[in-house]
Amino acid sequence: MIKIFLPYKIRETLGVPTEIEADGSNLRNLIDHIEDAYPGVKEYLVDEGKLKPGMSAVIDGKTTRLGLIHKLDNVSEIHFLPSIAGGSE
Amino acid sequence: MVSTSENKNYKVIGTRPIRHDGYDKVTGRAQYGADIKLPGMLIGAVLRSPYAHAKIKSIDTSEAEKMDGVFAVMTSKDLPRLGDVVRGNSEESGSEKHLSENVMAFDKVLYKGHVVAGVAAKDQNTAFEAVKKIKVDYEVLKPVINVDQAMAKDAPILHEDYTGDHLGKKVKNSNVAAHARHEVGDIDDGFKKSDLVVEKEVDMQTVHQGYIEPHSGTAVWDEEDRVKVWTSTQGSFSVRDSVSKVLDLDVSRVKVTPMEIGGGFGGKIPIYLEPIAAVLSKKTRRPVKAMMSRTDVFDATGPGPGGKVKVKIGIDSEGKILAAYADIRLEAGAYPEAFIEAAAKCVFSCYDVPSMKIDAYDVLVNKPSSAPYRAPASPQVAFATETVVDEICEIKGYDPIDFRLMNVAEKGTRTALGPKYRTIGLKECLEAAKNSNHWKSTLDSNPSPGKKRGRGIASGYWFNIGFKSSVNLSLNPDGKVALTEGSTDIGGSRASIAMQAAEVLGIAAEDVRPSVVDTDSIGITDVTGGSRTTYATGYAAYNAAHKLIEEIIEKAAIKWDISEDQIEYSDGIVKSKTDSELKMTLKEIADDPPGGPIVSSASVDLEEAGGGFAVHIADLEIDEETGKTDVINYTAIQDVGKAIHPSYVEGQMQGGAAQGIGWALNEEYFMNEDGVMLNSSYLDYRMPIALDLPMIDTIMVEVPSEEHPYGVRGVGEPPIVPPVPAIGNAINDALGLRLLSTPMKPSRITEALKRKK
Repeated sequence: MIKIFLPYKIRETLGVPTEIEADGSNLRNLIDHIEDAYPGVKEYLVDEGKLKPGMSAVIDGKTTRLGLIHKLDNVSEIHFLPSIAGGSE
Repeated sequence: MVSTSENKNYKVIGTRPIRHDGYDKVTGRAQYGADIKLPGMLIGAVLRSPYAHAKIKSIDTSEAEKMDGVFAVMTSKDLPRLGDVVRGNSEESGSEKHLSENVMAFDKVLYKGHVVAGVAAKDQNTAFEAVKKIKVDYEVLKPVINVDQAMAKDAPILHEDYTGDHLGKKVKNSNVAAHARHEVGDIDDGFKKSDLVVEKEVDMQTVHQGYIEPHSGTAVWDEEDRVKVWTSTQGSFSVRDSVSKVLDLDVSRVKVTPMEIGGGFGGKIPIYLEPIAAVLSKKTRRPVKAMMSRTDVFDATGPGPGGKVKVKIGIDSEGKILAAYADIRLEAGAYPEAFIEAAAKCVFSCYDVPSMKIDAYDVLVNKPSSAPYRAPASPQVAFATETVVDEICEIKGYDPIDFRLMNVAEKGTRTALGPKYRTIGLKECLEAAKNSNHWKSTLDSNPSPGKKRGRGIASGYWFNIGFKSSVNLSLNPDGKVALTEGSTDIGGSRASIAMQAAEVLGIAAEDVRPSVVDTDSIGITDVTGGSRTTYATGYAAYNAAHKLIEEIIEKAAIKWDISEDQIEYSDGIVKSKTDSELKMTLKEIADDPPGGPIVSSASVDLEEAGGGFAVHIADLEIDEETGKTDVINYTAIQDVGKAIHPSYVEGQMQGGAAQGIGWALNEEYFMNEDGVMLNSSYLDYRMPIALDLPMIDTIMVEVPSEEHPYGVRGVGEPPIVPPVPAIGNAINDALGLRLLSTPMKPSRITEALKRKK
């Protein structure tokens, strides 16, 4: 099982524990499984078949650029976080 | 230089060739935004609000329209009204509605300098005279110009129609656009178990990026409803996206040609004049160019946010950090986005802390909408954290480097936002600082009469984004390679990208000729920002060069009628593995290659490069009578991953340090109570010049990124993070004064000295 960490506001709003566990072959599938256990979470994470604008998924320390099609092989933990605007050179 | 990497025998990487654009820039041939001239071109000018907060009751443009030489006048009625759609999830976060309203006010002006109307005329003087004839009837409102005013009960509200997000609750009629929280572990337990708890609150004034070249925008709206834009920008594709949204056009109808850029530091990511020039062009069917003055730039373009940051840290009796709390309140300016998530990511980034809690507030104020400024929000939070750490070391008598090493963040350390670090080089930077000549030297304790000396140290972090980049390569008949890219070149990235292609191809950097091209001529490339360009566009160049070698081998196989697996390529020579007679130089294979020219292209969409850390040491001499502070010795140490062109890496480290020193000692938006900036010129907005600074020594530490074939990390942003706290800590060392507000200017020092006495 993969350890899942959701943003504070989702946890607070939906009463989700700090750390939960779920499985999935890819990110889309995993979010569906989270939704089964904690109804309402998906609405915060997915919009029009994509990761919601402003939301990112950090998979074992790397922010996925593939989004919901990211395959989850040997993954330990996933953090869903607000995406962060970048800086400059 | 300190390197932890295997010392690979690179031929191009790590050398210092002359930059490809160097001659054009030093001779004045390079074309910047305002240099463009087009046949029949008109000059655009805009009317800006004199008030920081007001309702627009009416606008009368009739007198301006009657003037000779005026071709068109526009107001927001000429722009589509956009809904509150959230855009993207990269640099250009925010809503389409706010993007459009920031270009030109619809119902309210939200900062002094907010554009309310535009004019296109035959020349600049006529345009300026016409702007003066536009009459606007305002209902003036009370402005809020800092986070305390904006968050006060009964504060005037900037956006009555905006719904803020406060920990998931939808809140209307608030200047707090967002309140976010992050938690790791149990801080109550951590503070309870602490032997010492230190808390400080810092107050940072708004500052500007201070690029030399003001903004400009030139546009042609043609008969097919296609819009061509020429502008000075950090991201031609982000301009394309933004302009198409503001004008409600399909993205393919907009073509953006990036001109050379005279500095940006994040401030040249947003759009300002481009859609106005485009609408005026549509009305006149002629090209229109609009330019800003320096005062326009200060008044109306994105500064780095000011704000207040409170940090509390608890340590055990051995000096190990047990708990940390941060309350971050940053000014978004007129529209949401004060980079609070970046602030949260950076605030405790240098330390291994078992329990952390962060509350961050995105606060709307009547100032221009904040834009990224080199590691946005990281310097603000580093000032608080590194000041608290210095105070802990002072109270407990710890060596400041040893304390940081005892609590250092390393690979596997859990960050405040949750994910663990991959390979990072902060420990190596601290060790390099400890071994540096500067740190080992004794601070001269006998300065001139009336002056005192002090030394300060601080560390800082930026996370270095990845994202999309594209590169095309074409092998010319003379054996040289043309490289086209979409990354506008701010700090020598043409060279650092060309060098990565040259390394793969085994040819000289000078034999790869890079060009930055328009949005119709290259694949999507995200902004030159987030310290991503040498990493991501360089990675695309690396991949494109490998593909070019595949093409070369394929053509040689056809030419020699042997299989591709019998052919090898190295150092600009393609040859048979078995027949020593069969070999060609690049020039020979490029001369009439079978099946057509040899070209390749590659694109990438990358994750973060892995964090970049910097440690700075500052020595100051302070005149106790006048409060004047001189920086007498300064060393910047940074994990750069792998320095592709060391001179440009050193330049980034020195430039970031110089900007940070200015932020610490001199720079501020000096506002009156009406929200008017009183120092909107370079005479009064005091940035450091060469005479103000010593030679900034650099120590490049190379802990390669795992995400890049050469180990590249971003280098542009970490160096602006440590200077403010390093200077503050040095002032405390010299005078025993803990200054907690920027700028730490002479008057603040003399006042604090008087209070101390």
